[in-house]
Amino acid sequence: MRLNNHVSYFRIILTLALAMCLRVVPLSEEMALLNPDWVLLVLVYWALNLPERVGIFHAWTFGLLTDVLTGRLLGQYALAYSLIIYMCLKFHNRLRQFPFFQQGLFIFFCLLLSQLLLFFIKNLQHPAQLHASFWLPVFTGTICWPLVYGLMRFVSLFRFVK
Amino acid sequence: MVAVIASTILLVTEYRTSQVSGVRSTLSIVVDPIKYLVDLPTAIVEQAAHSISSYQALKLENERLREEQIIHQSRLLKFEALENENIRLRALLENSFKLGEQVLVAELLSVNMAPYEHIVVVNKGTRFGVHPQQPVLDANGVVGQVFRALPFTSEIMLITDPNHAIPVQVNRNGLLTIAMGSGQMNRLVLPFLPSNADIRPGDLLITSGLGGTFPQGYPVAVVDEFTAEPNKAFATITATPKALLDRNRELMIVWSKSVSVPLITKSITTKERSSDEVK
Repeated sequence: MRLNNHVSYFRIILTLALAMCLRVVPLSEEMALLNPDWVLLVLVYWALNLPERVGIFHAWTFGLLTDVLTGRLLGQYALAYSLIIYMCLKFHNRLRQFPFFQQGLFIFFCLLLSQLLLFFIKNLQHPAQLHASFWLPVFTGTICWPLVYGLMRFVSLFRFVK
Repeated sequence: MVAVIASTILLVTEYRTSQVSGVRSTLSIVVDPIKYLVDLPTAIVEQAAHSISSYQALKLENERLREEQIIHQSRLLKFEALENENIRLRALLENSFKLGEQVLVAELLSVNMAPYEHIVVVNKGTRFGVHPQQPVLDANGVVGQVFRALPFTSEIMLITDPNHAIPVQVNRNGLLTIAMGSGQMNRLVLPFLPSNADIRPGDLLITSGLGGTFPQGYPVAVVDEFTAEPNKAFATITATPKALLDRNRELMIVWSKSVSVPLITKSITTKERSSDEVK
């Protein structure tokens, strides 16, 4: 189902800002390893449901902001996010027809690709040891996708009663 | 496509040079409110805990602090005499002497930047004159150094970060070495000491002042394990940081005068000499 075009811009920005908050929320050391990439999940949701509003420009901008927020080398999240949102835009018509399980699989590969890109860039800076828990956010992100989807559905369809 | 090229260019330029720090600090003005927002619940809880603590507890704390203050005061009395003596002795040796440091108290924002890295965020930035590579202390010892200074916040790399190394010296005998972060909280490693080095558990490690980032003489860590393996060239030594890295919310950012000032010490000694002569 295509969302109507009347979702205010404010909601998009607000949800992305909230996702960025979740990104840096203070957690214990074990939980921090599990914290999924909320910004990417929210971006993917908007790109699948409002592809004419949220595109690569948004992905790139919010990627850059995430870079600054998490103190990475400028541009690495921007690169990963814009590539993945490009993929989402390419396939969004097909993806909407998919059953929920297959959508989940697509999200899994999106998250995996983004993590791979980040690892690749990290490795270019200085050879890093690959710890198995580096891939954990990919799995938790996929598990969280139904939750994000439901919540975002609610946020984007919610209307104030006049 | 444009996005990919732009981000690649950004990545390369920042990796090769530090030309884009202006972009980063401009963007950080947009992003910093998020850090403060995330910190808000913790700050509120702390504030609430302060405001509802009982009269009895406050009284006890007050008494304890007063006692502590008296003890510190009496130590300081002696310290001043010792410092003067030290300046005089150094002047006799015609050695340079570094005078005091200025500190700024900054508060930690409870924000989790990235796993695997021991980087924390504090609420003071370039607006307060903070600049990269400044040493950061707490009441017990060295915490780390300023890694990146943004307008309203700055990022501090702890001494336990796996990418951090700090030049230290054993307080007991002046043995110089380097302490590296291990990636675990409360653990430093000293990988560059031979198996026959004169170091044992309980030794205090202080900053040696080499390298120029950290001022000399601040406590860093206490050695807690020393294992010499005969088949290896270097001993495995671990140490526990003195600073409460995971518990403190208040940190001190230090401005140390990196230029040594032999002229001042000479003028002090001449002044004292002249005053002695007057007597």
